[in-house]
Amino acid sequence: MVSVVSSRVAAPDTPAPDPRRRGSIARGRRRLGIAYATPMAVLVAVFFVVPLGLMLWMSVNHWPLVGASAPNGVENFAALSDPLFLRAVGFTLKYTAVTTVVLGLVAFGLALLVQHDRPGSGFVRTVFFLPSAVGLASTSLLFYGLFTTDSSALNQVLGFLGLGRVDWLGSGGSALGSTVAMITWRFAGFYMLILMTGLQSIDPELYEAARIDGANRRQILWRVTLPLLRPTLALAMVLSLTGSLLAFDQFFILTGGRHDTATVVIDIYREAFLSQDLGRAAAVSVATLAVLIVLNFAQLRLIRREGR
Amino acid sequence: MIRGAGRHVTSAALAVLFLLPLLWTLHSSLTGRQAGDSGTGNYRRLADYGSGLGTYLLNTTVVALVAVGVTVVTTTLGGYAMARVAFPGRNLLFLVTLAILMVPYTTILVPLYLLLGWLGLQNSLLGLGLVLAVLQLPFGLFMMRNSFEALPIELEEAALIDGCSVGGALWRVLLRGVLPGIVTIALFSFLAAWNEFVAPLIFLTDGEKFTLPVALFNLQSGSLGSVDFGALQAGVVVSALPCVAVFLVLQRYYVRGFTSGALKG
Repeated sequence: MVSVVSSRVAAPDTPAPDPRRRGSIARGRRRLGIAYATPMAVLVAVFFVVPLGLMLWMSVNHWPLVGASAPNGVENFAALSDPLFLRAVGFTLKYTAVTTVVLGLVAFGLALLVQHDRPGSGFVRTVFFLPSAVGLASTSLLFYGLFTTDSSALNQVLGFLGLGRVDWLGSGGSALGSTVAMITWRFAGFYMLILMTGLQSIDPELYEAARIDGANRRQILWRVTLPLLRPTLALAMVLSLTGSLLAFDQFFILTGGRHDTATVVIDIYREAFLSQDLGRAAAVSVATLAVLIVLNFAQLRLIRREGR
Repeated sequence: MIRGAGRHVTSAALAVLFLLPLLWTLHSSLTGRQAGDSGTGNYRRLADYGSGLGTYLLNTTVVALVAVGVTVVTTTLGGYAMARVAFPGRNLLFLVTLAILMVPYTTILVPLYLLLGWLGLQNSLLGLGLVLAVLQLPFGLFMMRNSFEALPIELEEAALIDGCSVGGALWRVLLRGVLPGIVTIALFSFLAAWNEFVAPLIFLTDGEKFTLPVALFNLQSGSLGSVDFGALQAGVVVSALPCVAVFLVLQRYYVRGFTSGALKG
């Protein structure tokens, strides 16, 4: 996805089969190209470009959910200094940092474990990947039962060990830990697969050469595998960072978006549909988007440099 | 570093750990509330919940089919144009479509909500399906452009010499060559639309129109006081089952699709 931006659009200067038909075919093709691209262009314009512009316009207007809107300059951006919003930013950053590290380590471990084709490794890969097919909302509802019911396997194991129940979602801290565990279960196989393709694209001769030079397994991991895997690791990190910064489903479902577990997107949702202040929601969205775009560009530059 | 037998034991233990939550939800969906209940009680209560499970399944299917259909048709045509035809504005369209990846849709949900209202598509499964299709366009376009570029140009020329029109060549000859790409896109957009939560939560206001994830969320937030956990886990099974089945049948395409999509070049 990342290298898409840099890849050149190939020039399709196709020689026509018959020189006499060349002119009319070229013209026909151009018309056809425009006709074929039109449905997509219309969708992109109506459902992406227009809402993007509308968001910018809304952010400088007083815009209640019901009633007339009126320009109000940068007043909406006062929402950015709201204590609840700042708390949501802090929680989102904490969640993003923890998730990215935990998920990265687990996915990398799984990828190392099953990267080679051995008997049974195909089956194990499928099992690791299976949770990725389950929707995030369904996963959250599943774990909601696992975390909160007395009869859940989790609480039965704790009971068996004589530990009693743990209030998995009770405080902000325990809810964060529980959610990270759930997200790791849901996404580890997905990132494992990405890292695995990176591992498999490393030339086996490099490992061979390192072994002949007397490198042990640990040295090979640090000096050969990890440096060559950096572009893939960076890509996985971009995906994980963006995904976690925009977290919504998991906290909205597990804790109802309680203030001690509210993320930035939950804050946007609250401003828009509970406070019914669409202008403020748009202002928060604009600020979030600006941060994400800066972050994306920084990461893209990093990946491209590493990729060379 | 784990070697030999240790690797097998570790793999097996982890595989069990990954399967446990799925097995637990399956088990608790089949466990009655009181001893002696038959195992289908949870599913029967789920079937009667709200507007009925059938309605929610139908709504979710409609949204998913709209998203899949629109994504496949527009990105196949668009991908062909991108790969084979020089037309004015081509690069701009490509860049703007890819920008959808850079702009997470949760940040434009509020203006989309207003826009759908103006278009008369608020609280509509069609409107929701269109929005979800647009989210799949960057991946789909990228995939189809690459698929068409991978086909030899001679294939199309031969069809033209044989008297096909350019459109006829696409329809009769090229489509078969890009079929793996089409299957991948269909699979991706189906899973994404089937499982989508935020967009239907915001766009659908009428209980009759709810998709499965939103209906289950309402079941969980327990409008009647206590949560019916058995029915909830039955709902998780019902919503996850098609995705798991589709994934198991088509996993080769799925895996190939997103690795080539993510790492090409």
